[in-house]
Amino acid sequence: MALFDLLPPLVGGLVVTVSVAVPAAAIGVLLAFAAGLARATSSLMLRSLVRGYVAVFRGTSALVQLFWVYFALPLVGVELDAMTAAITVLALNTGAYGAEVVRGAVEAVPRTQGEAARALGFSPRLTLWRIVLPQALPATLPPLGNLLIELLKNTALVSLVTLSDLTFQARVLRDDTLRTGEIFSLVLVMYFAIALCITAGVRVLERRLAAARGSHGRAGF
Amino acid sequence: MDEPVFDWSYTWEIAPRLLDGLVVTVQATVLATVIATLLGLVLAIGRRSRQRIVAWFVAVVVEFIRSTPLLVQLYFLFFVLPSVGVVLSPLQTGAIGLGVHYAAYMSEVYRAGIESVPRQQWEGAVALGFSRRRTWLSIVLPQAIPPVIPALGNYVVALFKETPLLSAITVVELMQVAQIEGSRSFRYLEAFTLVGVMFLALSTISAAGVRILELRLARS
Repeated sequence: MALFDLLPPLVGGLVVTVSVAVPAAAIGVLLAFAAGLARATSSLMLRSLVRGYVAVFRGTSALVQLFWVYFALPLVGVELDAMTAAITVLALNTGAYGAEVVRGAVEAVPRTQGEAARALGFSPRLTLWRIVLPQALPATLPPLGNLLIELLKNTALVSLVTLSDLTFQARVLRDDTLRTGEIFSLVLVMYFAIALCITAGVRVLERRLAAARGSHGRAGF
Repeated sequence: MDEPVFDWSYTWEIAPRLLDGLVVTVQATVLATVIATLLGLVLAIGRRSRQRIVAWFVAVVVEFIRSTPLLVQLYFLFFVLPSVGVVLSPLQTGAIGLGVHYAAYMSEVYRAGIESVPRQQWEGAVALGFSRRRTWLSIVLPQAIPPVIPALGNYVVALFKETPLLSAITVVELMQVAQIEGSRSFRYLEAFTLVGVMFLALSTISAAGVRILELRLARS
């Protein structure tokens, strides 16, 4: 088994995959919270804007969005390099799915909590930060973890807009060596390993959050 | 600017060709849906196998398929199948890849349905001397499947939206036609926008269809 000579180019691809996935994940999660919370505001315009964004990005696939941004947008004068286009599209895509997760979690916080906060003289902002978000956050974690795995899987699409990520390197290596079975098996295992890391990371975060809430509870009451 | 940014007459000119591509997209969707719904059920039943090793193996396979990119799985099938002597058309290969990928998702849906069947139903079947096969077919599945049909429907919509990936393994579906038209005229804006609109329209309509089905089922 000479798998080791296949590793260096694949690891190079892995670096590109990670450097697309990490910023896209960070921006995507921020967008998810921004959009999810915006749907709970009283501004009708903001709500419809977010609803439109979510509908468009959930109604088409990431590949269609990526091709549109990379190939079609330059024709109306917006030219993004492949890396920027990839991160933008994957972040917007994750944000749209995440917005629904955040909205669901926020709606699951009993309305009386907000009313009680108002009765105690909390400002809307303080209510959001101190009352609503801390209670909504734990419920968002498992589905957001799943979305991060979907994001990881979607990074493979960037190979179709010239970025030399893990999938792209696999194809190049296949054309060079024709060791198809080995290469693609190895690459699938590499993706699986990252997905397992994401799952483990989210689980640690969940436990931390549960522990933090527990100690706050004791300190507070 | 002499040329319009978005050329409507050109859009009408390529629309029929894109519709031809859409036909292939729909074929792939139907074929993959059949594979996904059947194989998904098999996987879900496999996870309940009394043989621990079988149940464990199925669980790992499902997790593996769900956590790795469909595109890489498609390449795997597309390049590896011919080298082991299985020669299929790109469309067939694509539909199998898509079907297997979504079978993994659907197996989890079926599993939830199966788990919601009360234990007593199993016990009752045993008490009545039903074989395991008959228990599955006439007691468990008829109760497990109907409630999860809307969730399965949502995955069919998701599967449909992922068909553009088949263009990467040379299937001439909607996305591939748009790319061909775009590279011919250097006008990607119209073709890709039309593709986006078609997907948005069809997936919104089918998602609404699933919602209606859900409400109907909830009422009955």
